[in-house]
Amino acid sequence: MNKPLRRIAIFCGLLILALLIRDNYLQYVKADSLASDSENRRVNIERYAIPRGDIIVDGKAITGSVETSGDYKYKRTWTNGPMWAPVTGYSSQAFGANQLEKLEDDFLSGNDDRLFFRNTLDMLTGKERQGGSVVTTLSGAAQKAAYKGLGTKKGAVAAIEPSTGKILALVSTPSYDPSKFAGNSDKDGEAWKAVQKANNPDDPTLNRALREVYPPGSTFKVVTAAAALENGAVSGIDDATKTPDPYPLPQSTKPLTNQHGECENATLRYALMVSCNTVFAKMADTVGNEKMIEQAQKFGFNNKALDTPVRAAESVYPEDNRPQNAMDGIGQASNRATPLQMAMVTAAIANNGKLMKPYMVDQLRAPNLDTLTTTKPEVLSQAVSSETAQKLQQMMEAVVNEPQGTGGNAKISGVKVGGKTGTAQHGLNNKEKPYAWFISYAKLPDGSAPVAVAVVVEDGAANRGDISGGGLAAPIAKNVMQAVINSKK
Amino acid sequence: MSSTTNSPTHHTSTIGSIGTPSRRNTELALLVFAVAIPVFAYANVGLAINEQVPPGLLAYGLGLGLLAGVAHLVVRKFAPYADPLMLPLATLLNGIGLVVIWRLDQSKRLQQSSAYVEAAPRQLLYSAMGVALLVSVLIFLKDHRVLQRYTYISMAGALFLLVLPLVPGLGANIYGAKIWISIPGLGTVQPGEFAKIVLAVFFAGYLMVKRDALALASRRFMGLYLPRGRDLGPILVVWAISILILVFETDLGTSLLFFGMFVIMLYVATERTSWIVFGLLMSAVGAVGVASFEPHIQTRVQAWLDPMGEYLASRSGVSDGVVHSEQAMQALWAFGSGGTLGTGLGQGNSDLIGFAANSDFILATFGEELGLAGVMAILLLYGLIAERGVRTALAARDPFGKLLAVGLSGAFAFQVFVVAGGVMGLIPLTGMTLPFVAYGGSSVIANWALIGILLRISDTARRPAPAPASNPDAEMTQVVRPS
Repeated sequence: MNKPLRRIAIFCGLLILALLIRDNYLQYVKADSLASDSENRRVNIERYAIPRGDIIVDGKAITGSVETSGDYKYKRTWTNGPMWAPVTGYSSQAFGANQLEKLEDDFLSGNDDRLFFRNTLDMLTGKERQGGSVVTTLSGAAQKAAYKGLGTKKGAVAAIEPSTGKILALVSTPSYDPSKFAGNSDKDGEAWKAVQKANNPDDPTLNRALREVYPPGSTFKVVTAAAALENGAVSGIDDATKTPDPYPLPQSTKPLTNQHGECENATLRYALMVSCNTVFAKMADTVGNEKMIEQAQKFGFNNKALDTPVRAAESVYPEDNRPQNAMDGIGQASNRATPLQMAMVTAAIANNGKLMKPYMVDQLRAPNLDTLTTTKPEVLSQAVSSETAQKLQQMMEAVVNEPQGTGGNAKISGVKVGGKTGTAQHGLNNKEKPYAWFISYAKLPDGSAPVAVAVVVEDGAANRGDISGGGLAAPIAKNVMQAVINSKK
Repeated sequence: MSSTTNSPTHHTSTIGSIGTPSRRNTELALLVFAVAIPVFAYANVGLAINEQVPPGLLAYGLGLGLLAGVAHLVVRKFAPYADPLMLPLATLLNGIGLVVIWRLDQSKRLQQSSAYVEAAPRQLLYSAMGVALLVSVLIFLKDHRVLQRYTYISMAGALFLLVLPLVPGLGANIYGAKIWISIPGLGTVQPGEFAKIVLAVFFAGYLMVKRDALALASRRFMGLYLPRGRDLGPILVVWAISILILVFETDLGTSLLFFGMFVIMLYVATERTSWIVFGLLMSAVGAVGVASFEPHIQTRVQAWLDPMGEYLASRSGVSDGVVHSEQAMQALWAFGSGGTLGTGLGQGNSDLIGFAANSDFILATFGEELGLAGVMAILLLYGLIAERGVRTALAARDPFGKLLAVGLSGAFAFQVFVVAGGVMGLIPLTGMTLPFVAYGGSSVIANWALIGILLRISDTARRPAPAPASNPDAEMTQVVRPS
C-alpha cells in the first residue's frame, strides 16, 4: 500500500502548492490592482484617514477637517463655505470632489508623488501621513466685498491682478455650503440633492464666474474699439466717425438705434462714454468678422482649455454673417463671455495690452511649510499694442469720470478708475430680464494697476427698467477694487 | 517520503528496534513556541487596536498553555511514541486562530451587526472541549484497530449525521447551504465535520476487507484496470450519497470532501489508478449535472467567475430571485490590500467582509493583516499536518491504520484546499471552515479528535514493541520501512 500512499503524499503537497501559487498571484501579482481598485472601500478609508490639507487665502486656512464617527474618519469643513465654494469646490465622502479640491486632491490628501519621500520617512518614524496645503492667489477682502455686494442677487464676480494674472476674487451667487454634504450620512445626501439643478432652479453649484457664459452686451464694445484701433478702422479716439443714427444693419432693413446720447458721427471716446450702439456695430462691420475674431482671440476668446487650474468655460466669438457680426460688435448676437473672460479683457487693457494667464494656485506647500512649487505668471498674448491699450484706458476712464459717462458709480477718490457698463438683452426677442454688466480696473497714482474686475448681475427680482450695468453692477465692482486697494496699503 | 525517525541503522521490522526516541521533548520544545507565538500575536493586536497590552493576555496565555500542557502530558503518558509535530502544529493554528477571532471581535464594523457575538471566549471554550476530546481519545482508545469493530455502526452513524441537517425544524439554512443543525441554547452544529471522521472509520474498515476483491478481479483496457461491474457498487453508492448531499444540502465542498476522501482511500487500498480516473469522471459528471439545475450552486459558480459582477449586483440590490453576496470580492480585496507583508495584525479592514468574516472567510483576515508571508506560513503549517498524517499512514503497520490515517489526512488536506481555494477565488466558494483557525465549535472539536486519532495511529506505528494483532495480515510484516 505504500506506493499509492506516497502518491497521495505528493497529491496533498500539490493541493497546498496550488494554494501557494494562487496566494502569490493574489497577494503579489494582483495586489496593487486589487488594493487600488476604486470599488475597494479601503481606498476611501485610507483617503479620509487623515485630516485633509488646507486651502489657504491670505495666509489663513479657509478649509478645515473634522473627525466623524463613521468609516471615513475625517470630513472637510469650510469657513464661510458659500463664499468660497466657487474657489475651492466641494470635497465630499459620498459625492467626490470638484474644482480645486479635486484637481489638487492628491496633494491635499498627502498622496502626491512630491510628498512621497516625506511620507515614507513619516511611516518609518511612526508619524501619520499628512496632506499638503494649497496656497491660493485670492484676496479675502476682495472676495468678501464681491460676495457681500452680490448679496441675494444672482450673479458673479471675477477679479484679476492685471500684471500677473492672479485671480483675486471669484464669486458666484446663489451659492451653496459644501460643508453640508461633505460627509456620507443620509443628511448629507439630502443636502446634496437639494442643491442639484434638477431640484433647485437657481442651480447653486454652477460656478457662474468661471463656467457660465453670458452675452457680454456693451462691455464688449471695448473689444470692438480695440479691434478698430489695431486695424486702423479709426484714425484716433477723438476723430469723428462717419456713423448714421439710426444705423441700418448691413444686408438688412432693420435699423439699429441708441438708448441715449447724440451718437451721429460721434468720436470713439464719446461713443464708449455714452455707449453708442450704432458706432460700434458699424465699426465691427468695417473691421470684418475675421479681424474681430482675431482680436477677440487675442483677449482669450475661443480658448477651449483655459485652466486656472479649474477649467473655465469657453468664451466664444464665432464666424458670423455681416449683420450678426455687426451685432456681435455690441455684444448682442452670438458671442458669449464668462465673467472671468471680461475680467481678462479689462486686465489686458490695464496692463498695457499684455494679457496674463489667470491662475488661482500660487503655491503648493508641504506639511512642514516647505514650498514645493510656485506658479510663475505667464503671458498669454499681447492682446493690443501698448499705444492702443493706453487709448482704451483713456476712453474707459472717461466712462467713469466724465459727467455724461455711464460708469460714474465706480468712481474712487484718489484712484484712476476705468470701466465700461453693459446691459445685455437676452432671451427670445429679448423678453427676458437683461443682465447687468460692469467691467473696470483701478490704477494707483504710481501707475500700477492692482485690480481688474468684471461683475454680472442677473437679477430676476429687479424692475426691468432699473437693470443697468452702471446702477446694479458698478457699485459692486467699486467695492471690490476698493477692498484690493485698501489691502495693499 | 522516507521516514526521518527511522534512521538507517535501525532495522525496522515487526520486532522493532530498541531505543527509538520518543521525541516527547521535541514536542514540548515546539509547544513552547506554539504557545508563545499566539501570545505575542495577541499582544500585537491589543497594541495595534487599543494601544495597550490586552488585559486578558495572561489569562489567554495561561489558558492556551494549559491546554497544550495537558495535551502534552497525556500524550507523554498514553501515546509516548506519537508523532511530535502534530500537537504543536494544531496548537499553533488554534492559538493564532483565537487571536484573529479576538481581533475581529474588536471590529467596530462587525460590532454594529445584529448577529455580533463575542466569539473568542466561545472559541476558547470549544478549543478546550476539542482538547478534552483529544485527551479522551488518547486515554480510552488504546489501539486504533478497535475502531475496526465499528465499521458498519460507523456507516450508520455517518449517514445519520449527514441526514441531520435535512430534518425539518432541526436543520438551519445559512446563506443557502443546509449543512448546519441548530440546537436551541447551544447554537449551531455542523454534523458534517464529525461525519468526516466517522466516515473515514467506515471506509477504512470496509476497504480493508474488500480491497482484494476490488483490486484483483478486473480486466485490463487501454492501460487501465477496469473493475467488474459488481465491484463498482460501493463507489456508486458513495457517489450517489455525495450527489444527494449536493442536491439537498446544496454544499459542493462537503460533497467533494466525502467523495474525494473515498476515492483516495479506494486508490490506496487497491493500488489501482483506474479508481482515480473513475473518481474524477464521476465527480465531474456529478458536479456539472447538479449545477445545471441547482440555482444555489450556479450562484456560487457565477460569483467565482465574476466576483466583481456579483459585488455590484449585491450593492445595487438587483432583485432577480437570487441572493447576491459581495463577500467573494471583499475577500479578494482583503488579500490584495494585504500585499506581501500585510498591514499588521489589527490594522486591516478585512471586517468589511461582514458576515462569516471570522469563520468561512477568516483566511482573508490573515491575508490582509499578515500578508502573503503569513498566509504562506499558515498554508505550510496545514501542509505539514497533512504530510505528517500521510507519513503516519506510511509508518503504520496494519492496513486499517494505514487507510484510516491516509483518509483522515487526505480529507484534512482536501478541506484546507476547498476552503482556502474558495476564499482565494481558486475554486467556487463552499460553506466549510478552515480547520482549527476558523470560528466554529464543530470544526475545532472534530479536528482535535482527528488529531487524536492520528496521534494514536502514529504512536502504535512507532512503538518499539508493537502489540500483537488479533488478525495478522500478510502485508503487515513488510511495510514498516518504506524503500
